[in-house]
Amino acid sequence: MSIVVSNISKSYKTVKALKNISFEVNEGELFGLIGPDGAGKTTLFRVLTTLLIADEGKATVAGYDLLKDYKTIRESVGYMPGRFSLYQDLTVEENLKFFATIFGTTIAENYDLIKDIYVQIEPFKTRRAGKLSGGMKQKLALSCALIHKPKVLFLDEPTTGVDPVSRKEFWEMIKRLQQKGITILVSTPYMDEAALCDRIALIQDGTILQIDTPEAIIKHYPKAIYNVSADNMYQLIESLKAYEHSHSVYPFGEFVHYTDKRTGFDPKQLKKYLEEKKLAGISIEITQPTIEDAFMELAI
Amino acid sequence: MMENNNVIEVKELTKMFGDFTAVSAITFEVKQGEIFGFLGANGAGKTTAMKMLIGISKPTAGDARVAGFDVASEAENIKKNIGYMSQKFALYDDLTVKENITFFGGIYGLTRAKIKEKTRELTEELGLKDLTDQMVGSLPLGWKQKIAFSVSLLHEPKIVFLDEPTGGVDPITRRQFWEMIYKSANKGTTIFVTTHYMDEAEYCDRVSIMVNGKIEALDSPKKLKEQYGAETMNDVFLKLARG
Repeated sequence: MSIVVSNISKSYKTVKALKNISFEVNEGELFGLIGPDGAGKTTLFRVLTTLLIADEGKATVAGYDLLKDYKTIRESVGYMPGRFSLYQDLTVEENLKFFATIFGTTIAENYDLIKDIYVQIEPFKTRRAGKLSGGMKQKLALSCALIHKPKVLFLDEPTTGVDPVSRKEFWEMIKRLQQKGITILVSTPYMDEAALCDRIALIQDGTILQIDTPEAIIKHYPKAIYNVSADNMYQLIESLKAYEHSHSVYPFGEFVHYTDKRTGFDPKQLKKYLEEKKLAGISIEITQPTIEDAFMELAI
Repeated sequence: MMENNNVIEVKELTKMFGDFTAVSAITFEVKQGEIFGFLGANGAGKTTAMKMLIGISKPTAGDARVAGFDVASEAENIKKNIGYMSQKFALYDDLTVKENITFFGGIYGLTRAKIKEKTRELTEELGLKDLTDQMVGSLPLGWKQKIAFSVSLLHEPKIVFLDEPTGGVDPITRRQFWEMIYKSANKGTTIFVTTHYMDEAEYCDRVSIMVNGKIEALDSPKKLKEQYGAETMNDVFLKLARG
């Protein structure tokens, strides 16, 4: 086991940020913490990187105890916080050199590990970090988190606020790092990124809702989901919500995802109801649930 | 006066910073009551274009009329006739919900009676009655964003500009937020919205995609998907956004 978390709780004054959290991450696994802002993801990262002390519970990272072996943990993990935390007035190269030196290594020693990422920002190595674009800052931060060849890499919301193209590129980089044997714990509010992880934990309000592979979470979704569409989205949502048998009604792209309370549900009946509500162009088709559907079903 | 029912008319709008062209001769119109998605990769020029449209940045060249006013010469009138909210700044954390409403109502020149009426209306609609005296800072992000959206509509603007309003918001609240958008659009308010969630792009009546300062695509999500032979808006975006 690369990470073992047992019954961790942490509060700030009156806010319970983490409530009795337990999970394990295997060696070489890409494990995702999926949840919205305020779910407790960052607090958990700060506890596991020994920057915060939990109120209750214990955990080991790379086999070391959070409290007893905190210094060894700091040498063994790489941490990329959600907020850009490098020195803005040092250049790209100076930042990298600084982190290498702090960890008692050199850029040359572990260059292999960061090469793919670093070559993309190398043309700007004399530029101050504060003057880089968002995407370049992210690549530099990842290079700095990797320069001491960590066993476990913590990535806190690396893709938040990043456009879909850059997000895709970033996930390709993460996958390549995993292939090099690094255990990765990554958090994200984007549910569509869950499918890229080996296993995920869905987290909300400091509680883990479910832990499993993305495929299994989808497979265990308890209901049949229907894609419903009509000519007026707003009227459609209102009508579906008012339908006496509706269990859940969520807009999903061009469709509304609808689930029914009854076990024997007949789409024809729903179609008739919607026609009575003066909707036109009605289509009702069964569809596959997504991680987001599963999350919402668990979060209610 | 605007022809037909366009509330935004943009012609060859351009913004340069030194010799860097951030926005390059963009042209488009937005109709009354439309939900218009304004998409693009980071650094494509969305924010710069939006700043010109809301009257806080002067165009280098080209024209734009928003709510009937010229962005270059009538910026103050535009500010009175639009609503604006962004992910980064929406409300004051250290004021209560009620104080925020009163403050923004005052800024927009609403009478005291009107502010009172709006406060009641808004808190009832959002189911916030018990929370009006709470500091906004103590509320979950999703709540803040829903209140911020309602506050941006206080002065009943013709258009509301939403800059990544749902970033980081949980999936249920994100949908409630979009239901509020639908409701406003249904009442005739025009919605101009940016987002990084491509499923939200599908909720828009029409979507534009900016690449390197230019609008490379503009149509309904359905037509864009057909045009680019893509299953989802995410695929359309991936095909376009890096040229």
